[in-house]
Amino acid sequence: MKGNLNGKRARVTAPSGERGAVSNGAPAPTAIERVRLARNPARPQALDYFDLLLRDYFEIHGDRRFGDDGAIVGGLAYFGGRAVAVVGQQRGHTTAERIKRNFGSPKPDGYRKAARIFELAERFGLPLLTFIDTQGADPGVGAEERGQIEAIAANLELMSRLTIPIVACVIGEGESGGAIALGVANRVLMQDNACYSVITPEGCAAILWRVANEENVARAASVLKLAAHDLLKLGVIDEIVPEPQGGAHTAPAESAHLLGAAIARNLDPLLKLRPAQLRRDRERKLAAMGAAFIRKTDVESPGPIE
Amino acid sequence: MAERQVERAPQTSGDDIWSKCPGCREIAFRKEVERNLNVCPKCGYHFRLTVSQRLSITVDRGSWHEMLEDLAVGDPLEFVDSKPYPLRIAQARAQNGRNDAVVVGLAKIEERPLALAVMDFEFMGGSMGVVVGEKLARLFDIATRKRLPTVIFSASGGARMQEGMLSLMQMAKVSAAIARLRDARLPYIAVLCDPTSGGVAASFAMLGDLNIAEPGALIAFAGRRVIEQTTNQQLPDDFQRAEFLLAHGMLDAIVPRHQMRFTLARLLAMLSRKRAAARTGNGRRPRK
Repeated sequence: MKGNLNGKRARVTAPSGERGAVSNGAPAPTAIERVRLARNPARPQALDYFDLLLRDYFEIHGDRRFGDDGAIVGGLAYFGGRAVAVVGQQRGHTTAERIKRNFGSPKPDGYRKAARIFELAERFGLPLLTFIDTQGADPGVGAEERGQIEAIAANLELMSRLTIPIVACVIGEGESGGAIALGVANRVLMQDNACYSVITPEGCAAILWRVANEENVARAASVLKLAAHDLLKLGVIDEIVPEPQGGAHTAPAESAHLLGAAIARNLDPLLKLRPAQLRRDRERKLAAMGAAFIRKTDVESPGPIE
Repeated sequence: MAERQVERAPQTSGDDIWSKCPGCREIAFRKEVERNLNVCPKCGYHFRLTVSQRLSITVDRGSWHEMLEDLAVGDPLEFVDSKPYPLRIAQARAQNGRNDAVVVGLAKIEERPLALAVMDFEFMGGSMGVVVGEKLARLFDIATRKRLPTVIFSASGGARMQEGMLSLMQMAKVSAAIARLRDARLPYIAVLCDPTSGGVAASFAMLGDLNIAEPGALIAFAGRRVIEQTTNQQLPDDFQRAEFLLAHGMLDAIVPRHQMRFTLARLLAMLSRKRAAARTGNGRRPRK
């Protein structure tokens, strides 16, 4: 691991006793067990992977509009000898870092910083790697005032039209519009114990069954189909990235090695595509999203007006 | 985000002769309110409209041609809460006669052709699943091909939870189609109606060349209760209302319902000048 870029970042070590869920020979973890693995504070986060996978990382700060959002980190670096742009959500390992990073919930300023890095990458033809890890965009007064909805929407459109290769990696919890604002990619990779969902299991349970108790949250995690193997079947992601036995936090270096290999394998064919093809490839992928579950009915719509 | 904390629609429909205005708490003749485009004659409160009401006060008589109305969703997640998702959909369909939460088609406003979508808040809170995403993306592509401006009246609680990640991905799918329309230099006007929130607010509803809202419309990312609980802050009464967004620079205008049709016609006229068409990207002539 390279020198620590952030003094407050905790060492990434495995607390004993967290291995239980997926120890040798044990059955695959349930949905809620995966949610817990994805939330393990020791699980490697975006900056850890930047450390382990990139060389010469230069962090870019601020949105040049309002501020610098700690929940979104990104910049320029070398990945396997190639200059790339990277953007990720950072939740923080320690309490101090979690507060500084708003628990990984970005504000509009974070999404606008991300957009600035996207545009920089586009201008100089750099491949873009994103690392998704958030329970959602910040639900706060300032975020609403400064246009959380506009910032996320603008990123979705911007990412769809970029003409550079984009590989998105879901490395922890990716939930709600706040996650997908970094997720419009040519290839979407997902770690085996990561979660990717329209809403947190707690939010889902509160809506469906009024009470977000332990039992309902576990049920919600299961019905939401937020696990990697479900999402691969649904066509939402392209590849499952294996994790070390016991989860990514048990062996961060090995986890990074597995993730880096998957990124390289998926990035390589994209580098051969021309700019216009890269955009079209992403558009085709989006156009197909969910299309398999649409059918035609003979139900006639009532002609609403004369 | 789906259907979260969006109050039931105060509507003027029903058998009552009288309707009570939630704005001024005055009682008015229902017929009188309806004749006034479902705007309270006393205080100007805008009642929510059904799709049919919206279409009938917006487009030229006889000009509406609905498209893609036969698209319906299966059960991608095999989702069961208190009842299975297909049953929920079937009930919604039986109740309002449509397959999902948006209607799309071609129409004219003041003789000016356009591609038009109206979201249906009565259908599962106007939530966006794969059918809503597919219909809107295809509408934008049709508009791009036919070189038509596009208008969307949005009203939605957000992404549809029962379709999981696939519904979230529709935010990106529709946004990509808007990018193509924009590249062809065709106008898109987003009209935000009460309520527009969650994943719909955070995608196509805010991506108009012009974003305009009806007075008093709730426009939000997170629900008010969520914000109150997480921040312990007393929120102002107009928080997340159209007027609040306008004051914070997030909307281009608030347009009262009586002026909406005329305003749209005026804006579309100004944005569809011949010069704009002639300058279409990459040097190619626009296809007919």
